[in-house]
Amino acid sequence: MKKRTVFFIIYMILLMLPIYWMLNMSLRTNADILGSFSLYPKNITFANYMKIFTDSSWYNGYINSIIYVTLNTMISLVAALPAAYAFSRYNFIGDKHLFFWLLTNRMAPAAVFLLPFFQLYSTFGLIDTHIAVAMAHCLFNVPLAVWILEGFMSAVPREIDETAFIDGYKFPRFFLTIFVPLIRSGIGVTAFFCFMFSWVELLLARTLTTTDAKPIAATMTRTVSATGLDWGLLAAAGILTIVPGALVIWFVRNNLAKGFAMGRV
Amino acid sequence: MDKWKDNKAWFLVLPVFILVAFSAIIPLMTVVNYSLQDIFGPGQRVFVGTEWFQEVLSDKRLHDALWRQFLFSGLVLLIEMPLGILIALMMPKKGWAASVSLVLIALPLLIPWNVIGTIWIIFTRPDIGLFGAAINSLGTAFDHTARSSDAWITLMLMEVWHWTPLVVLLAYAGLRAIPEAYFQAAKIDGASTWATFWYIQLPKMRGVLTIALLLRFMDSFLIYAEPFVLTGGGPGNATTFLSIYLVKIAVGQFDLGPAAAFSLVYFLIILLFSWLFYQVLQNVGKGEKA
Repeated sequence: MKKRTVFFIIYMILLMLPIYWMLNMSLRTNADILGSFSLYPKNITFANYMKIFTDSSWYNGYINSIIYVTLNTMISLVAALPAAYAFSRYNFIGDKHLFFWLLTNRMAPAAVFLLPFFQLYSTFGLIDTHIAVAMAHCLFNVPLAVWILEGFMSAVPREIDETAFIDGYKFPRFFLTIFVPLIRSGIGVTAFFCFMFSWVELLLARTLTTTDAKPIAATMTRTVSATGLDWGLLAAAGILTIVPGALVIWFVRNNLAKGFAMGRV
Repeated sequence: MDKWKDNKAWFLVLPVFILVAFSAIIPLMTVVNYSLQDIFGPGQRVFVGTEWFQEVLSDKRLHDALWRQFLFSGLVLLIEMPLGILIALMMPKKGWAASVSLVLIALPLLIPWNVIGTIWIIFTRPDIGLFGAAINSLGTAFDHTARSSDAWITLMLMEVWHWTPLVVLLAYAGLRAIPEAYFQAAKIDGASTWATFWYIQLPKMRGVLTIALLLRFMDSFLIYAEPFVLTGGGPGNATTFLSIYLVKIAVGQFDLGPAAAFSLVYFLIILLFSWLFYQVLQNVGKGEKA
Protein backbone atom coordinates (compact mmCIF):
# COMPACT_ATOMS: atom_id res chain seq x y z
CA MET A 1 0.00 0.00 0.00
CA LYS A 2 1.24 3.46 -0.80
CA LYS A 3 2.46 5.72 1.99
CA ARG A 4 -0.16 8.38 1.29
CA THR A 5 -2.95 5.81 1.56
CA VAL A 6 -1.66 4.73 4.95
CA PHE A 7 -1.53 8.33 6.20
CA PHE A 8 -5.01 8.96 4.89
CA ILE A 9 -6.44 5.91 6.62
CA ILE A 10 -4.78 6.93 9.91
CA TYR A 11 -6.31 10.39 9.59
CA MET A 12 -9.75 8.93 8.91
CA ILE A 13 -9.50 6.68 11.97
CA LEU A 14 -8.50 9.60 14.21
CA LEU A 15 -11.31 11.67 12.72
CA MET A 16 -13.87 9.00 13.49
CA LEU A 17 -12.76 8.31 17.08
CA PRO A 18 -14.78 11.05 18.84
CA ILE A 19 -17.82 10.18 16.75
CA TYR A 20 -17.35 6.48 17.52
CA TRP A 21 -17.18 7.38 21.20
CA MET A 22 -20.46 9.25 20.92
CA LEU A 23 -22.04 6.25 19.16
CA ASN A 24 -20.66 3.96 21.85
CA MET A 25 -22.19 6.11 24.61
CA SER A 26 -25.52 6.45 22.82
CA LEU A 27 -26.02 2.68 23.02
CA ARG A 28 -25.43 2.47 26.78
CA THR A 29 -27.37 3.59 29.84
CA ASN A 30 -26.13 6.56 31.79
CA ALA A 31 -25.23 4.43 34.81
CA ASP A 32 -23.23 2.10 32.57
CA ILE A 33 -21.33 5.03 30.96
CA LEU A 34 -20.38 6.57 34.29
CA GLY A 35 -19.76 3.22 35.94
CA SER A 36 -17.01 1.78 33.81
CA PHE A 37 -14.66 2.43 30.92
CA SER A 38 -15.55 0.28 27.95
CA LEU A 39 -14.28 0.32 24.40
CA TYR A 40 -17.57 -0.95 23.04
CA PRO A 41 -21.12 -1.22 24.44
CA LYS A 42 -21.40 -4.55 26.25
CA ASN A 43 -25.16 -4.41 26.83
CA ILE A 44 -26.56 -2.59 23.85
CA THR A 45 -29.68 -0.58 24.64
CA PHE A 46 -31.77 1.54 22.32
CA ALA A 47 -33.58 3.20 25.21
CA ASN A 48 -31.93 6.58 24.52
CA TYR A 49 -33.08 6.58 20.91
CA MET A 50 -36.55 5.37 21.87
CA LYS A 51 -36.92 8.30 24.25
CA ILE A 52 -36.06 10.79 21.51
CA PHE A 53 -38.43 9.20 19.00
CA THR A 54 -41.35 8.98 21.40
CA ASP A 55 -41.06 12.25 23.36
CA SER A 56 -42.54 15.09 21.31
CA SER A 57 -40.43 17.75 23.05
CA TRP A 58 -37.41 15.89 21.67
CA TYR A 59 -38.40 15.02 18.13
CA ASN A 60 -40.03 18.41 17.58
CA GLY A 61 -36.57 19.90 18.02
CA TYR A 62 -35.41 17.97 14.96
CA ILE A 63 -38.51 18.89 12.98
CA ASN A 64 -38.07 22.59 13.83
CA SER A 65 -34.40 22.57 12.88
CA ILE A 66 -35.08 20.79 9.60
CA ILE A 67 -37.85 23.26 8.71
CA TYR A 68 -35.85 26.44 9.26
CA VAL A 69 -32.65 25.03 7.80
CA THR A 70 -34.48 23.96 4.62
CA LEU A 71 -36.21 27.34 4.40
CA ASN A 72 -32.90 29.12 4.89
CA THR A 73 -31.12 27.02 2.26
CA MET A 74 -33.85 27.72 -0.28
CA ILE A 75 -34.02 31.46 0.42
CA SER A 76 -30.21 31.74 0.32
CA LEU A 77 -29.97 29.96 -3.03
CA VAL A 78 -32.83 31.82 -4.70
CA ALA A 79 -31.49 35.20 -3.61
CA ALA A 80 -27.84 34.41 -4.23
CA LEU A 81 -28.17 32.99 -7.77
CA PRO A 82 -28.98 36.24 -9.61
CA ALA A 83 -26.62 38.24 -7.41
CA ALA A 84 -23.74 35.87 -8.06
CA TYR A 85 -24.49 36.12 -11.79
CA ALA A 86 -24.30 39.91 -11.58
CA PHE A 87 -20.95 39.78 -9.75
CA SER A 88 -19.49 37.27 -12.19
CA ARG A 89 -20.65 39.00 -15.41
CA TYR A 90 -20.99 42.72 -14.82
CA ASN A 91 -19.08 45.76 -13.67
CA PHE A 92 -21.39 48.09 -11.80
CA ILE A 93 -21.07 50.92 -9.33
CA GLY A 94 -19.78 49.65 -6.00
CA ASP A 95 -19.52 46.02 -7.10
CA LYS A 96 -16.22 45.23 -5.40
CA HIS A 97 -17.17 46.96 -2.16
CA LEU A 98 -20.54 45.29 -2.09
CA PHE A 99 -18.95 41.90 -2.67
CA PHE A 100 -16.64 42.27 0.32
CA TRP A 101 -19.32 43.97 2.45
CA LEU A 102 -21.44 40.83 2.09
CA LEU A 103 -18.74 38.81 3.78
CA THR A 104 -18.32 41.32 6.61
CA ASN A 105 -21.71 40.19 7.89
CA ARG A 106 -20.06 37.01 9.10
CA MET A 107 -17.61 38.96 11.23
CA ALA A 108 -19.72 40.38 14.06
CA PRO A 109 -19.45 38.74 17.49
CA ALA A 110 -22.95 37.50 18.28
CA ALA A 111 -23.25 38.19 22.01
CA VAL A 112 -24.19 41.88 21.95
CA PHE A 113 -26.03 41.67 18.63
CA LEU A 114 -28.54 39.20 20.05
CA LEU A 115 -30.53 41.86 21.89
CA PRO A 116 -31.10 44.16 18.89
CA PHE A 117 -31.85 41.08 16.82
CA PHE A 118 -34.54 40.08 19.27
CA GLN A 119 -35.99 43.59 19.25
CA LEU A 120 -35.97 43.78 15.46
CA TYR A 121 -37.75 40.48 14.97
CA SER A 122 -40.19 41.27 17.81
CA THR A 123 -41.16 44.47 16.03
CA PHE A 124 -42.20 42.39 13.03
CA GLY A 125 -43.94 39.83 15.26
CA LEU A 126 -41.68 37.06 14.03
CA ILE A 127 -40.38 35.70 17.33
CA ASP A 128 -40.72 31.92 17.69
CA THR A 129 -41.39 31.33 14.00
CA HIS A 130 -39.31 29.24 11.65
CA ILE A 131 -39.10 32.03 9.13
CA ALA A 132 -37.41 34.31 11.70
CA VAL A 133 -34.53 31.90 12.20
CA ALA A 134 -34.32 31.24 8.46
CA MET A 135 -34.13 35.00 7.79
CA ALA A 136 -31.55 35.60 10.53
CA HIS A 137 -29.33 32.84 9.22
CA CYS A 138 -29.38 34.50 5.80
CA LEU A 139 -27.05 37.02 7.36
CA PHE A 140 -24.15 34.59 7.16
CA ASN A 141 -25.40 32.11 4.55
CA VAL A 142 -26.37 34.46 1.72
CA PRO A 143 -22.89 36.04 1.55
CA LEU A 144 -21.27 32.60 1.54
CA ALA A 145 -23.66 31.40 -1.17
CA VAL A 146 -22.88 34.44 -3.32
CA TRP A 147 -19.13 33.91 -2.91
CA ILE A 148 -19.22 30.22 -3.78
CA LEU A 149 -21.66 30.55 -6.69
CA GLU A 150 -19.76 33.49 -8.16
CA GLY A 151 -16.72 31.25 -8.50
CA PHE A 152 -18.67 28.56 -10.32
CA MET A 153 -20.33 31.07 -12.63
CA SER A 154 -17.08 32.81 -13.52
CA ALA A 155 -15.80 29.46 -14.76
CA VAL A 156 -18.62 29.24 -17.36
CA PRO A 157 -17.43 30.85 -20.60
CA ARG A 158 -19.28 34.04 -21.41
CA GLU A 159 -19.72 32.98 -25.04
CA ILE A 160 -22.58 30.80 -23.83
CA ASP A 161 -24.47 33.87 -22.57
CA GLU A 162 -23.70 35.87 -25.70
CA THR A 163 -24.82 33.11 -28.06
CA ALA A 164 -28.06 32.66 -26.15
CA PHE A 165 -28.83 36.39 -26.22
CA ILE A 166 -28.12 36.54 -29.98
CA ASP A 167 -30.48 33.58 -30.41
CA GLY A 168 -33.16 35.76 -28.87
CA TYR A 169 -33.37 34.40 -25.37
CA LYS A 170 -34.67 36.83 -22.74
CA PHE A 171 -32.66 36.90 -19.54
CA PRO A 172 -35.06 35.01 -17.22
CA ARG A 173 -35.56 32.15 -19.67
CA PHE A 174 -31.84 31.93 -20.47
CA PHE A 175 -30.97 31.97 -16.79
CA LEU A 176 -33.43 29.29 -15.73
CA THR A 177 -33.25 26.91 -18.69
CA ILE A 178 -29.62 27.20 -19.78
CA PHE A 179 -27.44 28.76 -17.12
CA VAL A 180 -28.74 27.21 -13.89
CA PRO A 181 -28.46 23.63 -15.23
CA LEU A 182 -24.86 24.40 -16.22
CA ILE A 183 -23.88 25.18 -12.63
CA ARG A 184 -25.93 22.39 -11.01
CA SER A 185 -22.91 21.08 -9.18
CA GLY A 186 -22.13 24.49 -7.72
CA ILE A 187 -25.68 24.74 -6.47
CA GLY A 188 -25.35 21.35 -4.77
CA VAL A 189 -22.16 22.34 -3.01
CA THR A 190 -23.58 25.70 -1.95
CA ALA A 191 -26.68 23.99 -0.61
CA PHE A 192 -24.52 21.75 1.54
CA PHE A 193 -22.59 24.66 3.06
CA CYS A 194 -25.76 26.66 3.73
CA PHE A 195 -27.38 23.62 5.28
CA MET A 196 -24.37 22.95 7.46
CA PHE A 197 -23.84 26.47 8.82
CA SER A 198 -27.54 26.93 9.54
CA TRP A 199 -27.79 23.50 11.16
CA VAL A 200 -25.01 24.03 13.70
CA GLU A 201 -25.76 27.67 14.62
CA LEU A 202 -27.21 27.95 18.09
CA LEU A 203 -27.07 31.48 19.53
CA LEU A 204 -29.34 33.23 17.03
CA ALA A 205 -31.68 30.27 16.70
CA ARG A 206 -32.10 30.04 20.45
CA THR A 207 -32.58 33.78 20.92
CA LEU A 208 -35.32 34.03 18.31
CA THR A 209 -37.35 31.04 19.46
CA THR A 210 -39.11 29.93 22.64
CA THR A 211 -41.12 26.76 22.08
CA ASP A 212 -42.78 26.44 18.69
CA ALA A 213 -39.62 26.72 16.63
CA LYS A 214 -37.02 25.67 19.20
CA PRO A 215 -33.99 24.06 17.52
CA ILE A 216 -32.63 20.66 18.45
CA ALA A 217 -29.31 22.08 19.67
CA ALA A 218 -31.22 24.10 22.27
CA THR A 219 -33.34 21.10 23.24
CA MET A 220 -30.16 19.18 23.91
CA THR A 221 -29.12 21.53 26.69
CA ARG A 222 -32.06 20.05 28.62
CA THR A 223 -30.07 16.88 29.27
CA VAL A 224 -28.35 18.83 32.05
CA SER A 225 -30.25 18.29 35.27
CA ALA A 226 -29.58 18.55 38.98
CA THR A 227 -28.10 15.07 38.98
CA GLY A 228 -25.66 15.91 36.19
CA LEU A 229 -25.74 15.20 32.49
CA ASP A 230 -27.60 12.31 30.96
CA TRP A 231 -24.69 11.36 28.73
CA GLY A 232 -26.40 8.49 26.96
CA LEU A 233 -29.36 10.58 25.91
CA LEU A 234 -27.13 13.46 24.86
CA ALA A 235 -24.94 11.15 22.78
CA ALA A 236 -27.97 9.60 21.08
CA ALA A 237 -29.31 13.06 20.26
CA GLY A 238 -25.85 14.03 18.98
CA ILE A 239 -25.69 11.03 16.66
CA LEU A 240 -29.13 11.94 15.31
CA THR A 241 -28.03 15.54 14.60
CA ILE A 242 -25.45 14.18 12.15
CA VAL A 243 -27.93 12.15 10.09
CA PRO A 244 -29.74 14.88 8.06
CA GLY A 245 -26.49 16.58 7.04
CA ALA A 246 -24.90 13.27 6.16
CA LEU A 247 -27.84 12.61 3.81
CA VAL A 248 -27.37 16.02 2.19
CA ILE A 249 -23.69 15.48 1.53
CA TRP A 250 -24.42 11.98 0.21
CA PHE A 251 -26.66 13.58 -2.42
CA VAL A 252 -24.10 16.22 -3.43
CA ARG A 253 -21.03 13.95 -3.19
CA ASN A 254 -20.77 13.50 -6.94
CA ASN A 255 -20.96 17.24 -7.47
CA LEU A 256 -18.09 17.70 -5.07
CA ALA A 257 -16.10 14.89 -6.60
CA LYS A 258 -16.41 15.50 -10.33
CA GLY A 259 -18.92 18.22 -11.15
CA PHE A 260 -16.36 20.66 -9.88
CA ALA A 261 -14.63 20.36 -13.23
CA MET A 262 -15.60 23.97 -13.86
CA GLY A 263 -15.55 25.74 -10.54
CA ARG A 264 -12.92 27.53 -8.57
CA VAL A 265 -15.52 27.59 -5.77
CA MET B 1 -11.74 39.32 -20.67
CA ASP B 2 -13.39 42.42 -19.27
CA LYS B 3 -16.79 42.20 -17.72
CA TRP B 4 -19.77 43.95 -19.24
CA LYS B 5 -20.36 47.43 -17.82
CA ASP B 6 -23.97 47.79 -16.83
CA ASN B 7 -25.41 49.40 -13.72
CA LYS B 8 -28.69 47.59 -14.29
CA ALA B 9 -26.93 44.58 -12.74
CA TRP B 10 -27.85 46.21 -9.44
CA PHE B 11 -31.37 44.86 -9.93
CA LEU B 12 -29.96 41.34 -9.76
CA VAL B 13 -28.12 42.13 -6.56
CA LEU B 14 -30.97 44.02 -4.93
CA PRO B 15 -32.76 41.01 -3.34
CA VAL B 16 -29.54 39.93 -1.64
CA PHE B 17 -28.82 43.47 -0.55
CA ILE B 18 -32.27 43.91 1.01
CA LEU B 19 -32.25 40.48 2.64
CA VAL B 20 -28.86 40.95 4.26
CA ALA B 21 -29.30 44.61 5.11
CA PHE B 22 -32.59 43.85 6.87
CA SER B 23 -30.77 41.70 9.41
CA ALA B 24 -27.48 43.59 9.39
CA ILE B 25 -27.93 47.33 9.43
CA ILE B 26 -30.49 47.97 12.18
CA PRO B 27 -28.77 45.70 14.75
CA LEU B 28 -25.41 47.24 13.86
CA MET B 29 -26.74 50.77 14.34
CA THR B 30 -28.33 49.72 17.64
CA VAL B 31 -25.00 48.41 18.89
CA VAL B 32 -23.26 51.62 17.80
CA ASN B 33 -25.96 53.45 19.73
CA TYR B 34 -25.36 51.38 22.88
CA SER B 35 -21.64 51.95 22.63
CA LEU B 36 -22.04 55.71 22.92
CA GLN B 37 -24.52 55.80 25.81
CA ASP B 38 -24.86 54.80 29.42
CA ILE B 39 -28.16 52.99 29.77
CA PHE B 40 -29.79 52.85 33.21
CA GLY B 41 -33.16 51.58 32.12
CA PRO B 42 -35.91 52.20 29.59
CA GLY B 43 -35.82 55.86 28.62
CA GLN B 44 -32.95 56.66 30.96
CA ARG B 45 -29.76 57.04 29.01
CA VAL B 46 -26.88 59.46 28.93
CA PHE B 47 -24.66 60.17 25.97
CA VAL B 48 -21.09 59.39 26.97
CA GLY B 49 -19.20 59.80 23.71
CA THR B 50 -16.11 57.64 23.41
CA GLU B 51 -15.84 56.89 27.13
CA TRP B 52 -16.69 53.18 26.72
CA PHE B 53 -14.18 52.84 23.92
CA GLN B 54 -11.44 54.34 26.10
CA GLU B 55 -12.40 52.08 28.97
CA VAL B 56 -12.41 49.00 26.76
CA LEU B 57 -9.17 49.81 24.98
CA SER B 58 -7.29 50.24 28.27
CA ASP B 59 -8.70 47.04 29.79
CA LYS B 60 -5.74 44.86 30.72
CA ARG B 61 -7.77 41.65 30.70
CA LEU B 62 -9.07 42.45 27.25
CA HIS B 63 -5.50 42.83 25.99
CA ASP B 64 -4.67 39.41 27.42
CA ALA B 65 -7.72 37.88 25.79
CA LEU B 66 -6.78 39.55 22.52
CA TRP B 67 -3.25 38.09 22.47
CA ARG B 68 -4.66 34.70 23.41
CA GLN B 69 -7.08 35.04 20.52
CA PHE B 70 -4.32 35.93 18.05
CA LEU B 71 -2.27 32.97 19.24
CA PHE B 72 -5.26 30.66 18.91
CA SER B 73 -6.31 31.82 15.44
CA GLY B 74 -2.69 31.86 14.28
CA LEU B 75 -2.18 28.26 15.38
CA VAL B 76 -5.49 27.27 13.84
CA LEU B 77 -4.50 28.67 10.44
CA LEU B 78 -0.94 27.33 10.61
CA ILE B 79 -2.13 23.81 11.40
CA GLU B 80 -5.42 23.51 9.56
CA MET B 81 -4.54 25.03 6.20
CA PRO B 82 -1.48 22.82 5.41
CA LEU B 83 -3.08 19.77 7.00
CA GLY B 84 -6.30 20.28 5.06
CA ILE B 85 -4.44 20.64 1.76
CA LEU B 86 -2.34 17.56 2.54
CA ILE B 87 -5.39 15.42 3.34
CA ALA B 88 -7.14 16.66 0.20
CA LEU B 89 -4.10 15.62 -1.87
CA MET B 90 -4.15 12.16 -0.29
CA MET B 91 -7.88 11.56 -0.69
CA PRO B 92 -9.11 8.92 -3.14
CA LYS B 93 -10.03 10.59 -6.42
CA LYS B 94 -12.95 8.47 -7.57
CA GLY B 95 -15.13 5.47 -6.92
CA TRP B 96 -16.85 4.40 -3.74
CA ALA B 97 -13.80 5.23 -1.63
CA ALA B 98 -14.04 8.90 -2.66
CA SER B 99 -17.78 9.01 -1.85
CA VAL B 100 -17.40 7.35 1.51
CA SER B 101 -14.44 9.47 2.60
CA LEU B 102 -16.24 12.67 1.56
CA VAL B 103 -19.25 11.83 3.70
CA LEU B 104 -17.15 10.72 6.67
CA ILE B 105 -14.93 13.81 6.52
CA ALA B 106 -17.98 16.07 6.60
CA LEU B 107 -19.42 14.48 9.75
CA PRO B 108 -17.63 16.63 12.39
CA LEU B 109 -18.89 19.77 10.62
CA LEU B 110 -22.50 18.73 11.11
CA ILE B 111 -22.54 18.52 14.89
CA PRO B 112 -23.97 21.60 16.70
CA TRP B 113 -21.17 23.55 18.36
CA ASN B 114 -22.32 23.19 21.94
CA VAL B 115 -22.56 19.43 21.40
CA ILE B 116 -18.96 19.37 20.10
CA GLY B 117 -17.79 20.76 23.43
CA THR B 118 -19.86 18.26 25.37
CA ILE B 119 -18.57 15.27 23.40
CA TRP B 120 -15.01 16.37 24.06
CA ILE B 121 -15.68 16.75 27.78
CA ILE B 122 -16.43 13.07 28.02
CA PHE B 123 -13.95 12.03 25.31
CA THR B 124 -11.11 13.55 27.38
CA ARG B 125 -12.27 12.38 30.81
CA PRO B 126 -9.51 10.22 32.28
CA ASP B 127 -11.90 7.69 33.80
CA ILE B 128 -14.50 7.07 31.09
CA GLY B 129 -13.24 8.88 27.99
CA LEU B 130 -11.24 7.21 25.23
CA PHE B 131 -8.71 10.02 24.73
CA GLY B 132 -8.36 10.77 28.45
CA ALA B 133 -7.87 7.12 29.32
CA ALA B 134 -5.40 6.56 26.49
CA ILE B 135 -3.18 9.52 27.33
CA ASN B 136 -3.24 8.77 31.04
CA SER B 137 -2.22 5.18 30.43
CA LEU B 138 0.96 6.60 28.91
CA GLY B 139 1.86 7.77 32.38
CA THR B 140 1.16 11.52 32.19
CA ALA B 141 -1.50 13.01 34.40
CA PHE B 142 -3.38 14.82 31.66
CA ASP B 143 -6.13 17.08 32.92
CA HIS B 144 -7.54 19.94 30.88
CA THR B 145 -9.45 21.35 33.84
CA ALA B 146 -6.34 21.83 35.97
CA ARG B 147 -3.37 22.66 33.76
CA SER B 148 -3.54 25.44 31.19
CA SER B 149 -1.15 23.73 28.77
CA ASP B 150 -3.40 20.67 28.79
CA ALA B 151 -6.44 22.86 28.24
CA TRP B 152 -4.78 24.43 25.21
CA ILE B 153 -3.75 21.06 23.77
CA THR B 154 -7.27 19.72 24.20
CA LEU B 155 -8.81 22.81 22.62
CA MET B 156 -6.43 22.75 19.67
CA LEU B 157 -7.07 19.05 19.10
CA MET B 158 -10.80 19.64 19.21
CA GLU B 159 -10.56 22.62 16.90
CA VAL B 160 -8.34 20.80 14.39
CA TRP B 161 -10.60 17.75 14.53
CA HIS B 162 -13.72 19.87 14.07
CA TRP B 163 -12.67 22.29 11.34
CA THR B 164 -9.88 20.77 9.23
CA PRO B 165 -12.63 18.94 7.27
CA LEU B 166 -13.86 22.31 5.99
CA VAL B 167 -10.43 23.04 4.49
CA VAL B 168 -10.25 19.48 3.14
CA LEU B 169 -13.64 19.73 1.41
CA LEU B 170 -12.83 23.07 -0.22
CA ALA B 171 -9.29 22.09 -1.21
CA TYR B 172 -10.52 18.75 -2.59
CA ALA B 173 -13.13 20.55 -4.66
CA GLY B 174 -10.46 22.91 -5.98
CA LEU B 175 -8.14 20.02 -6.88
CA ARG B 176 -10.83 18.16 -8.78
CA ALA B 177 -11.40 21.26 -10.87
CA ILE B 178 -7.93 21.20 -12.43
CA PRO B 179 -8.11 19.80 -15.98
CA GLU B 180 -6.22 16.53 -16.49
CA ALA B 181 -4.23 18.13 -19.35
CA TYR B 182 -2.16 20.14 -16.87
CA PHE B 183 -0.91 16.98 -15.17
CA GLN B 184 -0.11 15.30 -18.47
CA ALA B 185 1.91 18.32 -19.55
CA ALA B 186 3.76 18.31 -16.22
CA LYS B 187 4.49 14.61 -16.63
CA ILE B 188 5.92 15.09 -20.11
CA ASP B 189 8.13 17.88 -18.78
CA GLY B 190 9.31 15.50 -16.07
CA ALA B 191 8.14 17.76 -13.25
CA SER B 192 8.57 16.44 -9.73
CA THR B 193 5.59 15.92 -7.42
CA TRP B 194 6.65 19.00 -5.51
CA ALA B 195 6.94 21.14 -8.66
CA THR B 196 3.53 19.94 -9.83
CA PHE B 197 2.08 20.93 -6.49
CA TRP B 198 3.81 24.31 -6.29
CA TYR B 199 3.34 25.47 -9.89
CA ILE B 200 0.04 23.83 -10.86
CA GLN B 201 -2.10 22.64 -7.97
CA LEU B 202 -1.49 25.42 -5.45
CA PRO B 203 -2.06 28.35 -7.85
CA LYS B 204 -5.19 26.66 -9.21
CA MET B 205 -6.53 26.35 -5.67
CA ARG B 206 -6.18 30.07 -4.97
CA GLY B 207 -9.93 30.71 -5.05
CA VAL B 208 -10.97 27.88 -2.75
CA LEU B 209 -8.10 28.48 -0.38
CA THR B 210 -9.00 32.17 -0.11
CA ILE B 211 -12.50 31.27 1.02
CA ALA B 212 -11.20 28.52 3.32
CA LEU B 213 -8.68 30.85 4.95
CA LEU B 214 -11.16 33.69 5.43
CA LEU B 215 -13.80 31.37 6.88
CA ARG B 216 -11.33 29.71 9.22
CA PHE B 217 -9.92 33.05 10.35
CA MET B 218 -13.32 34.59 11.03
CA ASP B 219 -14.85 31.58 12.73
CA SER B 220 -11.82 30.79 14.87
CA PHE B 221 -11.55 34.43 15.94
CA LEU B 222 -15.22 34.35 16.95
CA ILE B 223 -15.06 30.93 18.62
CA TYR B 224 -17.35 30.73 21.62
CA ALA B 225 -19.49 27.66 22.25
CA GLU B 226 -16.81 24.97 22.05
CA PRO B 227 -14.27 26.40 24.55
CA PHE B 228 -17.06 27.74 26.73
CA VAL B 229 -18.54 24.27 27.10
CA LEU B 230 -15.23 22.43 27.32
CA THR B 231 -13.14 24.65 29.61
CA GLY B 232 -15.41 27.57 30.53
CA GLY B 233 -12.45 29.84 29.79
CA GLY B 234 -10.29 28.21 32.44
CA PRO B 235 -8.28 27.04 34.19
CA GLY B 236 -7.97 30.57 35.52
CA ASN B 237 -8.24 32.68 32.41
CA ALA B 238 -6.00 30.45 30.31
CA THR B 239 -8.57 29.87 27.58
CA THR B 240 -10.68 33.00 27.99
CA PHE B 241 -10.89 34.08 24.37
CA LEU B 242 -12.33 37.39 23.24
CA SER B 243 -15.91 36.20 22.82
CA ILE B 244 -15.94 34.45 26.21
CA TYR B 245 -14.72 37.65 27.87
CA LEU B 246 -17.25 39.63 25.88
CA VAL B 247 -20.12 37.47 27.11
CA LYS B 248 -18.85 37.90 30.67
CA ILE B 249 -19.18 41.66 30.31
CA ALA B 250 -22.41 41.68 28.32
CA VAL B 251 -24.38 39.02 30.16
CA GLY B 252 -22.51 38.48 33.42
CA GLN B 253 -22.13 42.13 34.39
CA PHE B 254 -24.81 43.43 32.04
CA ASP B 255 -22.61 46.37 31.02
CA LEU B 256 -24.21 47.00 27.67
CA GLY B 257 -22.18 50.12 26.85
CA PRO B 258 -18.68 48.70 27.24
CA ALA B 259 -19.81 45.37 25.75
CA ALA B 260 -21.09 47.18 22.66
CA ALA B 261 -17.90 49.20 22.33
CA PHE B 262 -15.94 45.95 22.74
CA SER B 263 -18.04 44.27 20.04
CA LEU B 264 -17.34 47.05 17.57
CA VAL B 265 -13.58 46.97 18.22
CA TYR B 266 -13.70 43.17 17.91
CA PHE B 267 -15.59 43.44 14.62
CA LEU B 268 -13.12 45.99 13.24
CA ILE B 269 -10.13 43.79 14.07
CA ILE B 270 -11.66 40.87 12.16
CA LEU B 271 -12.60 43.17 9.29
CA LEU B 272 -9.09 44.59 9.06
CA PHE B 273 -7.36 41.21 9.04
CA SER B 274 -9.84 39.62 6.65
CA TRP B 275 -9.34 42.53 4.27
CA LEU B 276 -5.56 42.14 4.47
CA PHE B 277 -5.75 38.38 3.86
CA TYR B 278 -8.12 38.95 0.97
CA GLN B 279 -5.90 41.58 -0.66
CA VAL B 280 -2.75 39.49 -0.25
CA LEU B 281 -4.36 36.32 -1.58
CA GLN B 282 -5.88 38.17 -4.53
CA ASN B 283 -2.49 39.49 -5.58
CA VAL B 284 0.03 36.86 -4.55
CA GLY B 285 1.71 35.24 -7.51
CA LYS B 286 -0.19 37.44 -9.97
CA GLY B 287 3.04 38.53 -11.63
CA GLU B 288 4.18 34.97 -12.22
CA LYS B 289 3.09 32.87 -15.11
CA ALA B 290 1.29 30.27 -13.07
